[in-house]
Amino acid sequence: MTTTSDPPDQIASEKPRGPDRHAPDSHHAEEGPHHHEGPTGIVNWLTSTDHKVIGKSYIITSLIIFFIAGIMALVIRTQLANPTSSLVPFQTYNELFTMHGSLMLYLFAGPFAFGGLANYIVPLQVGAPDMAFPRLNALSYWLYLGGSIMMMSGFLVAGGAASYGWVAYAPLSNATNSPGAGADLWLISLGLTGFSAIFTAVNLVATIFYLRAPGMTMFRVPIFSWNMLVTSILILIAFPVLFGAVVLLFCDRHFGTHIFTVQGGGVPVLWQNLFWFFGHPEVYILALPYFGIVTDIFPVFSRKPSFGYKGMVFATMAIAGLSTGVWAHHMFTTGVVLLPFFAIMSLLIAIPTGIKFFNWIGTMWGGQLSFQTPMLFSIGFLFVFLGGGVTGVLLASPPVDFMTHDTYFVVAHFHQVLIGTTLFAGFAGVYFWYPKMFGRMLRESLGKLHFWGLFIGFWLTFMPQYLVGLHGMPRRVASYSPDNGWTTLNVVSSVGAFIIGASFLFFLVNLYVSWKDPVPAGDNPWDGGGLEWFSSSPPPHHNFTHLPPIRSERPTWDFNHPEHHKAETQEAEPPSDQGLVETER
Amino acid sequence: MKVYALFLVGVGAFFSIIGIVYWFTSYESGGLLMLIGSALLGFLPGSYYLWWSYHTKPLLGDDPDASIADGSGTIDSFPGSSIWPFILGMGAFFTGLTFVFGLWFAPIGGALILSAAVGGTAESRRGETAHAEPSRPPSASNP
Repeated sequence: MTTTSDPPDQIASEKPRGPDRHAPDSHHAEEGPHHHEGPTGIVNWLTSTDHKVIGKSYIITSLIIFFIAGIMALVIRTQLANPTSSLVPFQTYNELFTMHGSLMLYLFAGPFAFGGLANYIVPLQVGAPDMAFPRLNALSYWLYLGGSIMMMSGFLVAGGAASYGWVAYAPLSNATNSPGAGADLWLISLGLTGFSAIFTAVNLVATIFYLRAPGMTMFRVPIFSWNMLVTSILILIAFPVLFGAVVLLFCDRHFGTHIFTVQGGGVPVLWQNLFWFFGHPEVYILALPYFGIVTDIFPVFSRKPSFGYKGMVFATMAIAGLSTGVWAHHMFTTGVVLLPFFAIMSLLIAIPTGIKFFNWIGTMWGGQLSFQTPMLFSIGFLFVFLGGGVTGVLLASPPVDFMTHDTYFVVAHFHQVLIGTTLFAGFAGVYFWYPKMFGRMLRESLGKLHFWGLFIGFWLTFMPQYLVGLHGMPRRVASYSPDNGWTTLNVVSSVGAFIIGASFLFFLVNLYVSWKDPVPAGDNPWDGGGLEWFSSSPPPHHNFTHLPPIRSERPTWDFNHPEHHKAETQEAEPPSDQGLVETER
Repeated sequence: MKVYALFLVGVGAFFSIIGIVYWFTSYESGGLLMLIGSALLGFLPGSYYLWWSYHTKPLLGDDPDASIADGSGTIDSFPGSSIWPFILGMGAFFTGLTFVFGLWFAPIGGALILSAAVGGTAESRRGETAHAEPSRPPSASNP
C-alpha cells in the first residue's frame, strides 16, 4: 500500500538562499516541492490538522470572546457609575459578572495563550513540523469552540445564564439556589473546555519532549516553550480536579446526591477546596505563558541574550510548584484552613517571581533598547504585574485578607494580575508574532496608541477600585448607597474602563489597515533569535524548508550574526541533507 | 530524555514533600488526596522515562552536538486534513446537551461520536491513502 498521496514534505538542512543570510522570502514557501495542496476556505478551517491553522482559529475565537466579555465589563461599569442605576436588572447584573469572569478566564485568557499562541509558536520554536498529535489538536479546538458556544448560549435559555459567579460556590450553585438550564450549560461547557485544555497539554508535552530538532536540547528550548511545558503540567494537575468537581456538583443538582449540601451530610466548603485546587494553579496557567512571551521579547528589543536563562527555567518551575500548594489562601475566612501553611506558601511565590523580574531587568540592562510596540507592551506588563504581585503579597497575609476579603480591593488585585499578563504581555505577543503568522506588519503608530490607551485606562480603572475596596465596597453588588462616598471613585473607574475599551478600537483599526494595505513583514522583521524567525512568514506546510545549526537558545541569531558567535557552529552543517515528513491523507 | 525524566520525578518529589508537611500540619484529607494524585502524576511518567533513559539511545534533540543532517530520514507520519475531529467535537457537544435538555440529544451525539470513531480509525487504512510504516520514498531521495 502506498504511504502518501502527496509528494512528501521535506525538511532539509541546507543553508538558506536568501540574499542576506536570512531564510528565503515568504513567497518561496508557496513554490516548488514544499507547496502543500489542500482544502481552502471554510473546508480548510473544518478539516485542517495543521497546528498553524488551529492556532489561528484559537486566537481569533478567543479574541472574539474577549471582545464579548469586554462589552459585558463596560455594561457592568456603566451600571456602577451611578449608585442607584437601573441600567440592567439585578439578576441580569449577576449573569453579566458571572459570564464576564467565566468568558475571560475559561474561554479567553487560557485558550488564547496555550491554545492559540502556543499552538502556533511552540512547534516552530522547537523545530518540529507540527504538533505531536495533530488530529487530537484539532479535536481540542472543536471541544473548545463547542464549550464556548454552550456557555454563552445560557443567555438564550429560560432563566438566563449562570449567575453564581465564576467560582460557582456551593451551596449558591445548587439546584435550589440556581435553578435553570443556564447553570447546567455552564457546568457542561467547563467539562468540554476542560478536556480541550487537557488534550492540548498532552500535545504540547509530547511535542516538546519528542519533536525537538537535532541539537535543540531542553536547555536550548526558548523560555516561551519552556513555560508552555510547565503550564501543560499544571493543566494536567489542575483540570482533572475541576472536572471531578463539576461532575460532583452536577450530581448534586440532578441526581439527588448531597456532596456539597449540609442537609444530606455533605460539606459545602469541599467545593471550595476542589475548585481552588484547580483555581489557583489556573491563575498561573494564565500567567506563565505570558511570562514566556515577554521573556522572548525583551532580548530581541534589547539586542542581548536573555539574562539568567536557567534561572528563568527554574523560577518557572518553582512558581508552578508553589502555586499548587496555596489553594486555600482563597479560603482564609472560612475558618477551616490552616492559615500559617497557606500564608507561608503564598509568600514564598514572591521569591521566584522576583527572580524573574530581576532577570527581565537584567536582560534590558546595558542593552540597545528599542521601543517598538511589542517592547512597550512588555514594559507595561512589568509595571502592571508588579503592582498585582505586591498586592498579592499583602493578600497572602491573613490579617490583611480578613479585612479586604470580598471587597473591591481583591477585584482590583485580581484584574491587575490578569490584565498585566493577558492584555499587556498577551498583546505584546500579538504584535510580536503577527508578522510571522500573517506575513504583514501591524502599524507602529496605531500600536502605540493602543498601548497608551490601555496603560492609562488601566490605572484609571483599577486604582480607584483598590481605594473603594479599602473603604468597604463589597464585590458583586449592582447598587450602593450614595451616602457611602463611593460614587466618585466608581465614576473614575468607569471612565477608565471606557478608555481601555476605546484603546482596542486602535487595535481593530490596525488589523483592518494591515489587511487592506499590507506592509510585507519579511521573515525576520525584529531580527529575532528563535527558530520561528528562521522560517518564512507565514511558515510553509510543516514549517521548515531548512534549519540552521542549533547551538544555543537563539539559533537564528547565531546563524544571522556569525560575527557574534563561535565560528565552528557556522561550519558544522553539511548542506543539502534532508529529513522527511510524510503526510497521511 | 533524562532531563524530562528528572523534571517529572521532581514534580512527584515536590508534591510528596508538600503532602507530608500538609498532612502533619493540618490532618485534612481532601487536600492530601489531591496532593497524592499530583505526586503520582509526576512519579508515574517520570519513572517510566527514567527507566527508558537508561535503556535507549538518546534522542537527537537531547544531543547538544547533533547536527541537522543527523536527523535526515523520516521524522514521523503526520495526518493530512480530516473531518473526523470536527465530527467528534460536535458529537461531544450534542452529548453534553443531553445532560441539560434531555435524552433526545443522545442519539445525535452518539451517532456523531460513533461515526467519528469509525471514520477516524478507518481513514488511515483505506484505499490508496492507506498509511504504512514510515519509509523514505525513492522519489524523495537526495537531489
